[in-house]
Amino acid sequence: MGRFLLRRLLQLIPVFLGATLLIYFLVFSLPGDATAAICGEKGCTPAVEASLREQYNLDQPFWIQYLLYLKGIFTFDLGTNFAGQPITDILARVFPTTARLALMALAFEAVFGIAIGLFAGLKKGKFFDSTVLVFSLLVIAVPIFVLGFLMQFVVGVKLEWANPTVSGDASFTELILPALVLGLVSFAYVLRLTRTAVIENASADYVRTATAKGLSRRRVVTVHVLRNSMIPVVTFLGADLGALMGGAIVTEGIFNVNGVGNTLYRAVLNGEAPVVVSIVTVLIVVFVLANLLVDLLYAWLDPRIRYA
Amino acid sequence: MNGETMNNETFDEASRPRPLLELRDLAISFKTGNGEVEAVRQANLTILPGETVAIVGESGSGKSTTALAAIGLLPANGRIAGGTLLFDGEDITNASEKRRVELRGSSIGMVPQDPMSNLNPVWQIGFQVKETLAANGLPHQKKDVAKVLSEAGLPRAEERANQYPHEFSGGMRQRALIAIGLSCRPRLLIADEPTSALDVTVQRQILDHLDTMTDDLGTAVLLITHDLGLAAERAHKVVVMYKGQVVEAGPAVELMTNPRHPYTQRLVASAPSLASRRIESAKERGKESAEELTADRPVATDNVIEVRDLVKNYKIRGGVGKATEFRAVDEVSLSIKRGTTTAVVGESGSGKSTVARLVLGLEDASEGSILFDGVDITTLSRKEMFKFRRRVQPIFQDPFGSLDPMYNIFRTIEEPLRVHKIGDGKVREQKVRALLEQVALPASMMQRFPNELSGGQRQRVAIARALALDPEVVICDEAVSALDVLVQAQVLNLLADLQSELGLSYLFITHDLAVVRQIADHVCVMEKGKLVETGSTDEVFENPQTQYTRSLLDAIPGAGLMLPPEVA
Amino acid sequence: MPENTQNRPTVRGAKISKYPIEHFVADPDETPLQATDSSVSDAAPVSLWLEAWRNLRTQPLFIISAILIVSVVFVALFPGLFTNEQPNANCQLANSDGGAVPGHPLGFTQQGCDILARVMYGTQSSLTIGLFATIAIVIFGGTIGAISGFFGGWVDAVLARLGDIFFALPLILGAIVVVQIPFFQENRNVWTIVLILSAFGWPQIARITRAAVIEVRDADFVIAARSLGVSRAGALIRHVIPNSLAPVIVIATITLGIFIVAESTLSYLGIGLPPDVMSWGNDIFSAKSSLRSNPMALFWPALALSLTVLSFIMLGDALQDALDPKARKR
Repeated sequence: MGRFLLRRLLQLIPVFLGATLLIYFLVFSLPGDATAAICGEKGCTPAVEASLREQYNLDQPFWIQYLLYLKGIFTFDLGTNFAGQPITDILARVFPTTARLALMALAFEAVFGIAIGLFAGLKKGKFFDSTVLVFSLLVIAVPIFVLGFLMQFVVGVKLEWANPTVSGDASFTELILPALVLGLVSFAYVLRLTRTAVIENASADYVRTATAKGLSRRRVVTVHVLRNSMIPVVTFLGADLGALMGGAIVTEGIFNVNGVGNTLYRAVLNGEAPVVVSIVTVLIVVFVLANLLVDLLYAWLDPRIRYA
Repeated sequence: MNGETMNNETFDEASRPRPLLELRDLAISFKTGNGEVEAVRQANLTILPGETVAIVGESGSGKSTTALAAIGLLPANGRIAGGTLLFDGEDITNASEKRRVELRGSSIGMVPQDPMSNLNPVWQIGFQVKETLAANGLPHQKKDVAKVLSEAGLPRAEERANQYPHEFSGGMRQRALIAIGLSCRPRLLIADEPTSALDVTVQRQILDHLDTMTDDLGTAVLLITHDLGLAAERAHKVVVMYKGQVVEAGPAVELMTNPRHPYTQRLVASAPSLASRRIESAKERGKESAEELTADRPVATDNVIEVRDLVKNYKIRGGVGKATEFRAVDEVSLSIKRGTTTAVVGESGSGKSTVARLVLGLEDASEGSILFDGVDITTLSRKEMFKFRRRVQPIFQDPFGSLDPMYNIFRTIEEPLRVHKIGDGKVREQKVRALLEQVALPASMMQRFPNELSGGQRQRVAIARALALDPEVVICDEAVSALDVLVQAQVLNLLADLQSELGLSYLFITHDLAVVRQIADHVCVMEKGKLVETGSTDEVFENPQTQYTRSLLDAIPGAGLMLPPEVA
Repeated sequence: MPENTQNRPTVRGAKISKYPIEHFVADPDETPLQATDSSVSDAAPVSLWLEAWRNLRTQPLFIISAILIVSVVFVALFPGLFTNEQPNANCQLANSDGGAVPGHPLGFTQQGCDILARVMYGTQSSLTIGLFATIAIVIFGGTIGAISGFFGGWVDAVLARLGDIFFALPLILGAIVVVQIPFFQENRNVWTIVLILSAFGWPQIARITRAAVIEVRDADFVIAARSLGVSRAGALIRHVIPNSLAPVIVIATITLGIFIVAESTLSYLGIGLPPDVMSWGNDIFSAKSSLRSNPMALFWPALALSLTVLSFIMLGDALQDALDPKARKR
C-alpha cells in the first residue's frame, strides 16, 4: 500500500511540473515580446510594463523565471492583478465559494449517478434503462450553457423555486441550482459508467457464486455487484473534481456566482494573463491533489493494487 | 469401498431411499437473437442421498446448464421449458425466488469451475466464508470461519482468512470455494468441473479431499466433468450427455467396460490414458501390426535440435530500484531426434513454455546454447534469424487466440509465404490449397473467417499455417489441451500422419501425460525450471525414476481404471 | 482408500452403489452422432466488420443517428439548398429580434439576420472543427497510445506522464491559457480552434488505444506472426492495430460530438471563433444578451447543435454495442 502510494506520488510530481511548465512556457516564452503578451491587445503603460518585468523576472533566463514562479506558488505569493490586489487574497475570497459549489455538484452526480446507474444496469434492456440512457445522451449533447439558461429560466424565473442569481455570500440553498447545472453532464457520465460496470459485474462468476451461497438478492447486489462497480466510478469522480472547478466558469457566469470561474473569466476578458496563469495553476494543484485522493480511495476499494 | 453390499439378487426395492434430486424429462431453452434455442431436452437424472453422480460431456453438451438449473441459477435468458425438477420430493421447477434462496447454501451447495474468477477479488476470503454462514443462519464467529476453512485443507486458516483471493494460489482458492460450498452442510453439492483449471497433482489432492469430506458428511454430489476417466473414478453413477440429451447412464465401471451408445463408445475409445499407445500414422496403421510398435520406426540418429545447459532469468521488480532475479529455466539440456517427437511435461510454473519460446527464438536465452543442426541460434544475426524462422514453427494452445480474427483463412495461411516472399500470387494460392488439403479442410474454407470455425478447425488452420514454410521442427505448445476429447483425438492423429508424411520433428509442450503417451517418443519432465527426468516414453511411463514423475503419473484421472480387466 | 495391499495395481476410487443402478441407453436413432467438429454452413463468409454491420443496420439507434448525420453533412456541404436568404448580407436592424414571418420561418436575430439562414450556414464550421479535431487526435493520440502500449517499459512510462500533463488541464482551461498567446489572439480561425481542441483532447484517445493494444499485443496470433519472421513494427501494424480499432472508433465518434459542444462553449465564452465566422457557437453567444426578449435566437442554433452532437454520440453508442469484443466472442 505504502509503496503504491509512494509511486503514485512520484508520478504526480512530473505531471504537476510538466503542466505548470507547459502553461508558463506557452504564455511567457513564446516568440514575441513577453510584456506585449501579458498586456494583450490593450497594451500597458511603461510604468506597468516595468513593474511587470520586475514582478515576473522577465529579464532573467527562462529557467530562472520558471523556478521563481514555482517558488511563488509554494510560498503562496502569486503576484498582483492590474489593480494591485494580491492574487492570493482574491483567491482566498472566491475559492471557498467555488469549492463548495464543486463539492455540491460532485455529491449530486455521485449520489444520483450511482443510484440511477445501478438501477438501470440491473434492469438492463427494460423500459427504465432505455429511458435513462436516452436522457443521459441528451444531457451530454446539449451544451451546458443552454441547460443552464433553461434551468435558470424554468426553475428560477417561471417556477420561482430558487433565486435565478446567487448573492454575494453564496449560501448552501442558493448554490443548489448552480450545483445541479454544474454536475449535470458529469452526472450523465457517472450514470453511464456505473451502468456499464454493474452490467459487467452482475454477470461475473463471483456474483453467481455469491448467489449460490444462499445470499439474498439485496446482499448480492450491494456487497458484490455495487462494491466492485465503484472502482471505475471513483476514478472518474476524482478526476472530475478538478474539471468541475475549472468548468465552473460557465455555470458561475450564468448564475452570477462570485467564484474562481468568474474571476478567471474577468481576467480573460481584461487580458490579465498573470492572473489567468495563477488561477489555472491553482486549479492544476487541485486536480493533482484530487488524483492523489482518488489513489487512496482506489487502494481502499481494490485490494489487488495495494500490493502492486 | 462398499463392494460387499452390492448384491442385486436380494435387494429390497422398498428400502431404496427417496431420491434427493430428480430430473424428469427436463428441457431448458435459451432466448437468443434467432429465437428460442433448446439447450437441454428430455434429461432424466436421479441422485440418491449420499451418492455421487457425474455428468460427462463435451463443451456445449448441456451438462453445466443442467446443473445450474438444479440450483436455480440459469442465466437471465434461460428458462426451464418443460419437465420437472424435484428436490427431496419437493417440486422446485417453478419455485419462488424466496424458496430458492432458502435452499441455496444450506440444502444445495455449489463448487464452481474457475477458482480465479469465482471469488470476489475485493473481499477477504474469511469475509466470503462468513457471509455464507451468516446468510444461512449458522454461527459465524472467527473460529467458525477458521474451522470451515481448515476442514477444506487450508493450513493456518485463521491467518489466511484475512487474506484476499489474489494472495492465494489456484489450488488454495479452490479449497476456499470447496469450504464455502460445504460450509452449510448441504445435502447436495454441485461441483462444476471443480478442478479442471488446476494442475493434475493439485487436482488429485483436492478431489481426494472433496471425496473424504462428502463421505464423512454424507453429502450427495453432482459432479460435472468433461473427463470420462475422472467421472468413472469419482462417481457411483455416470450420465453421458451429448448435444443436450442424455445418451447413456449407468454404473461408472459398467459404462467404461461396456459402453452401449455409439457416442459413449467413441468417447471411451478416444479417452487418452496410460493404457493408450503411441498413435501411428495412417501409413503405419495399414502395415502388419504384429511387429512391435516403436521398433520399426525409422531409427533417426542425428539430433535436429540440441539444447545445452539452457538458462533463462527474468528480472522481477522488488522494492524501489531493487530487482531480484527469477530463474524460469535452470540448466536444461535436451535433444530432439530428427523425425521424432520429444515431449516436455510439467505443471504450471515448471518453465516448459519458456523453453518453447526460447527454442522459437522469441526470447533470448540468459545462458547456454540451442543448436539447430549444429548451429547455435542464440548467436544468429537478425538476418540469419529471419531465415532460421522458416525451419521452426509453433502451434499454440488456444484455438480462439492463435488466429487473427481480422484475417480470413487464406490470408492467415498465406502470410508466412508472403513474409518470406515465396512465389507469386498464383503459386501461393496453389500452396494454400495444398496445405488445406493436408490438414483435411475443404478449399472452400479459404474465404472464411476464424469466428466461423470450430475449435478443432481453427487448430487445423494453425497447423496449416505452421507447415506453410516447410519447417523441419514444429513446436506444439499445449496444442490440443483446449480441445474436446474426440476433436483432440482427431488432431493428434493428424499430427502423427503429418509427421510420417513430412518427416517432421515435434517438440510437444504439455501438462497432460496421457496425451504424451499417445504422441511422444521421448519425454522430458520439468519441475520448477529444472529437468528432473528424461527418457524414452515407455521407460518413463513404465519405470519412472523420480518421485515427482511418479506423482504426476499417479494423478492422471482414471489411471487405474483403464488398466486391462485382468488386473482390476 | 487404504484397502489396497500388496503390489497389485489398484482400481482407485470406482465407487459402487448400495443400490442397483439401471443402465440406460438412449435410442441411437433419436440421438444420432453428428460429425465431430464441423461448424461451417453454406452461408457466405462473414468477417467481423460484416457481422458488425449486419448487427448495426437493425438497431434503431443507428438508423436514426445515421440519417441525422447524413442530413447534417449534406446541409454543411450545400447550405444554400435549404434557405433562400443570405445569412449576413441582408441583415436589417429593422427586423431586429423579429418573429417568424413568411420567408423567414424562424424569425430574426438581434442584428436582424435570418435565423434559418444563419443556422444552415453555421453548420459547416461546427462540423469542420469536430471532424478535423477528431482526425487529428486519432492520428496523434492513436499513434502515441499504440506505441506506448505495444512497446511498454520506459517508453510507456514517459508517454503516459506526457498524456497526464495534458490531461491535468481540462479542455476549457487549456483553451483559456492558449488564447492568451499572442499568436492565437491574432489568428483565431477554424484551424486554430482545431489545434487547441486536439492539443488537449488527444490523451483520452491515447489511453483508449493503449489499453486496446495491450489487450491484443500478447495474443497467440501476434506471437505466431513474430515466429513467422514478421518484425515487431510489422506485427504492430498488420495484426495489433487492426484488432485494436473497435474501441478507438467508438470513442472517436463520441468525441466528435463532444468537440462540437466544446467549440460552442469556447465561442460562448468569447474565446472561440472570431465573431465574423458564422457558427452556432457564435450565434448562441450573440443571442445571449437578448435572451429575455428573443429566446428563439438562442434556441434554434442550440437545437441544431444539440441534434448534431446527439446524433454523433448515439452513433458511438450503437457502434459500441455492435463492435463489443465480448459480445462477438463466443
